[in-house]
Amino acid sequence: MGKPLLDKVWDLHTVRELPSGHAQLFIGLHLIHEVTSPQAFQSLRESGLTVLAPEQTFATVDHIVPTDLRARPLADPLAEQMFQALERSCEEFGIELFHLGSGDQGIVHVVGPELGLTQPGMTIACGDSHTSTHGAFGAIAFGVGTTQVRDLLASQCLAMQRPRVRRIRVTGELPRGVYAKDVILHIIRTLGVKGGVGFAYEYGGPVVERFSMEERMTLCNMSIEGGARVGYVNPDETTFEYLRGRRFAPHDGAYDRAVAWWKSIASDPDAGYADQVELDGGAIAPTVTWGTNPGQAIGVDERIPRFEELEEEDHSAAEQAFAYMDLHPGEPIEGTRIDVAFIGSCTNGRLSDLREAARVVHGRRVAPGVRALVVPGSDSVKREAEAEGLHEVFVAAGFQWREPGCSMCLAMNPDKLVGREVCASSSNRNFRGRQGSPMGRTLLMSPVMVAAAAVEGRVADVRKLFS
Amino acid sequence: MGLERVESVLGRGIVVRGDNIDTDTIIPARFMKTVTFDGLEEHAFADVRRDPEGRPKGHPFDSPRFAGASILVVNRNFGCGSSREHAPQALGRWGIRAIVGESFAEIFFGNCIALGIPGVTAPRDDVYRLMDAVELDPDQPLELDLATRTLRFRGGTLSIEIPDWALGQLLEGTWDATRTLLVARDAIEETALRLPYLTGF
Ligand code: SF4
Repeated sequence: MGKPLLDKVWDLHTVRELPSGHAQLFIGLHLIHEVTSPQAFQSLRESGLTVLAPEQTFATVDHIVPTDLRARPLADPLAEQMFQALERSCEEFGIELFHLGSGDQGIVHVVGPELGLTQPGMTIACGDSHTSTHGAFGAIAFGVGTTQVRDLLASQCLAMQRPRVRRIRVTGELPRGVYAKDVILHIIRTLGVKGGVGFAYEYGGPVVERFSMEERMTLCNMSIEGGARVGYVNPDETTFEYLRGRRFAPHDGAYDRAVAWWKSIASDPDAGYADQVELDGGAIAPTVTWGTNPGQAIGVDERIPRFEELEEEDHSAAEQAFAYMDLHPGEPIEGTRIDVAFIGSCTNGRLSDLREAARVVHGRRVAPGVRALVVPGSDSVKREAEAEGLHEVFVAAGFQWREPGCSMCLAMNPDKLVGREVCASSSNRNFRGRQGSPMGRTLLMSPVMVAAAAVEGRVADVRKLFS
Repeated sequence: MGLERVESVLGRGIVVRGDNIDTDTIIPARFMKTVTFDGLEEHAFADVRRDPEGRPKGHPFDSPRFAGASILVVNRNFGCGSSREHAPQALGRWGIRAIVGESFAEIFFGNCIALGIPGVTAPRDDVYRLMDAVELDPDQPLELDLATRTLRFRGGTLSIEIPDWALGQLLEGTWDATRTLLVARDAIEETALRLPYLTGF
């Protein structure tokens, strides 16, 4: 029997087996940002250690960067302090930093792929749970905590347990108005927010094979919301084409040799899997969350579930979610009023996301009273979007067009919900307080659905807007 | 960074009820804007401890009955959400030395072990029994004995579960992975040399 990609990559990167039964896993690419690294650098210095492989380590700033006024020193002294800590550490240890003004700054999971740092067959880690995004390239990529960031800096290794592999095939054809975001929300809804614990998700099937790299990134990004720390897609021609010519990707003769190797690490056709799931892509609708975890999601044309339609064990979570969200079982989600519309994040802040959203917004106006913002995922996304004139479409409709960063995905910068505001968001988490107000409410959906909600002032079925 | 063995935890309990308590609840993101972990304990559960005007809402972390407690008792899927280590750090700095629950989110659990904080699980009914007992009599001592996988309280003794790898690291004092990983320097080098993407394909 053949092997899935995960096992091939895992075996290749295993340094040794640890007494604990974990593998000591070599990490090919370590990405860092300003929020989860300062304590790790501190502890590295305190224990007299150094960075083992600075050339395999790259940094950017994203979580706390303001997306409007970016003059230094930053207006927020705490943010400025974090900036300086990262600058000092990168300089001290010789780590390349894609900083503000470099033209390469952006959300770590947007920047890595677009610079060609992310490649098939690599192991990739970052102190951020959405590192699974990089799995879109057939890399094994996962988020780690700050203690592990220190391990990584010091040894370029992690102590890890090998996950089992669940293959998820999405068959058929996605209906119009349905995107990768809807697919992953549908998967999480179906398998549960804990369904992936202990698993790596290998996404495949005709729908995924037809996906662009950006769509695959959206899909892999939210694996962690389904409990799977790792999610990946086998590399194929789409992957190889995407990488061709990117700055850190192999060039010339090395590129051809790389493609041959990349092909060899894809899952074998007769690979064995711990579990297999098949979903009909044709049955997926534009999907919206109604609760406070990403599994509490329904098609926009469905009604919010009643208790009797939910598993017994989900009742208490649903009850709390209804109270917090002020939504009611049995009511439609379509028509729910919103106050804020946010397009951005490492889930959906890429060029194709902005293009699709702009198609919906074009010639329309943001509804009165709605605060709407677009935050490109990186400098490069922003540049390309502006070259296409997308910013003009958004601005003409009444959206704010911002500088790149995580922004309202987790609201560590000044972009925040206020009070009980309801936000239609293209980000990945709808936890209580996630968007900066302890009482703020988040409805997750695809960028086109956010665009539709922005112009209607309420949750709307984007399929009705594409005429 | 001296390593210590964690064999048992003796202390009073504190109960935080609820399934799927996520890391944003344990430590809201705005408190992660620091370059050290110092002082995080003050913000543990911040948004559920106080109302918007800053008045305490009667959360267990503010209750004098639980002051000084070191064993946290929780329900299902505790610590779900992000990989932020700030969550176990905040709890640890508040004084939590062990967590007993129905289940934990994977990354949160790993982060706890990496700080030498055992997370142990027990069936739902047992956890409820323990919660009721601790709420009724918060002064009673709890004793978590990892080697025998038991937790003693006034109402009896529960058997608890913890994955072997985590137990091994706690008992052997190898939960701080950095030193352990660095022992294999030569093997790290050899591994790097067989990776096509590091050797130019
Ligand atoms: S956009 Fe959101 S999820 Fe992505 S890296 Fe930033 S904070 Fe994390």
